[in-house]
Amino acid sequence: MAQAKTARGRHLTLLVATRKGLWQARSDTARRSWKLTGPQFLGHIVHHCVADPRDGRTWLAAARTGHLGPTVFRSIDRGRTWHEAKQPPAFREGSGRVVDHTFWLTPGHASQPGTWYAGTSPQGLFRSDDGGASWRGVDGFNEHPQRKAWCGGDQDQTPDGAKLHSVLIDPRNAAHLYIGMSSGGVFESIDAGASWRPLNRGVRADFIPTPDPEYGHDPHCVRLHPLMPDRLYQQNHCGIYRLDRPSERWQDLSAAMPKSVGAIGFPMVLHPRDADTLWVFPMDGSSVWPRVSPGGKAAVYRSVNGGKSWQRQATGLPKAQAWLTVKRQAMTADALAPAGVYFGTTSGEVWGSRDEGRTWKSLAAHLPHIYAVEVA
Amino acid sequence: MPRAMPVRVLIPGPLRSYTADAAVVSADGESLDAVVGDLNRRYPGMRFRVIDEQGTIRRHIKFFVNGAQATNLEPRLRDNDEVMIVCALSGG
Repeated sequence: MAQAKTARGRHLTLLVATRKGLWQARSDTARRSWKLTGPQFLGHIVHHCVADPRDGRTWLAAARTGHLGPTVFRSIDRGRTWHEAKQPPAFREGSGRVVDHTFWLTPGHASQPGTWYAGTSPQGLFRSDDGGASWRGVDGFNEHPQRKAWCGGDQDQTPDGAKLHSVLIDPRNAAHLYIGMSSGGVFESIDAGASWRPLNRGVRADFIPTPDPEYGHDPHCVRLHPLMPDRLYQQNHCGIYRLDRPSERWQDLSAAMPKSVGAIGFPMVLHPRDADTLWVFPMDGSSVWPRVSPGGKAAVYRSVNGGKSWQRQATGLPKAQAWLTVKRQAMTADALAPAGVYFGTTSGEVWGSRDEGRTWKSLAAHLPHIYAVEVA
Repeated sequence: MPRAMPVRVLIPGPLRSYTADAAVVSADGESLDAVVGDLNRRYPGMRFRVIDEQGTIRRHIKFFVNGAQATNLEPRLRDNDEVMIVCALSGG
């Protein structure tokens, strides 16, 4: 395990993006008490709000309203003031495609200050090189002749719209990228997005008639460990998977989860220093896919051995009649020691653990439907 | 060079963050497309909130020119015409 930073002496801010605006939760230096402030963008659907770790002051928020089209707001003073992007993510005029909303934001490589990536619904990949002020399509993906085969048509979507998410950048190489798509699967580029290829071998896609298809999968959340970038995990529609590059075949970890709980969920979070430790939030994926805590018993599951086995972590969470849904950007960890883990629910609660998931405490409640929780 | 046509534009509540809360603004243009373009010059970002990248009026936005609904940006405009932008009632 890499060396830990101390938990003392630092306030943390959680960026809580909701269906009705953006809130911030700020901790004391011990992460024991939290103060909620906001809202900003009240009434806006904020799908993701992310802080730039490279400068410590830039935040981007992907927003739209029920009536108005999608845009990106940017702050260079940690959320005190915001300005709208001059040119938000938009498909090429004449392409016939329309961005419904920007869904995912990823700060670029450490060597490329000002560079950001955005994933949209329907599936599109965009890049900004001026801190989010203007965006252009990554043509290597958006204009790829196979894109429609990979993703399906824009009308052929999951209920809340197909997503391009989990834009991952190899910290050793700014040109080495991964993306996840629901639907579509995981794709890799080694030339800064100029070309892409599917990376889904070994991942089940029970909803496709083809056995072991090359693409068309439904990864819900894909993570790459920053200190061991050859280690990837994904929480998929069909289970939990791990990939150790240069292998091309994902290893199915689903059987290690209790059968009564299952291996279905949306988010997945990695420990900041230990590539073998990760958390998931299982949800019921049976029958018509209720996507709530199985049996109404809310719990986080943690593995400390790369997914070979899992431990239930529910101390402090409600024991019964807790039908929680946690979306794919709505669970995160801080970089302190011990690591703090946080999740937000569609019923508007934020839960936090300052001891790596052993105990949980409600940090905020009565918020709107939470789409994303990120540490700033 | 075409003469600029002053047009009165009624702004719905959700777009007034662009107009400093003004409910009525003035814009120039000989067509609805030109007026929307002028609005975007005066209030950067406004066009994309109501018109998508393919030039189509967004699903929950309606434009009326002198009380008649415009289904695209082609209608020609004259001096003192009135353009009303409406956020359609929808959702819950």
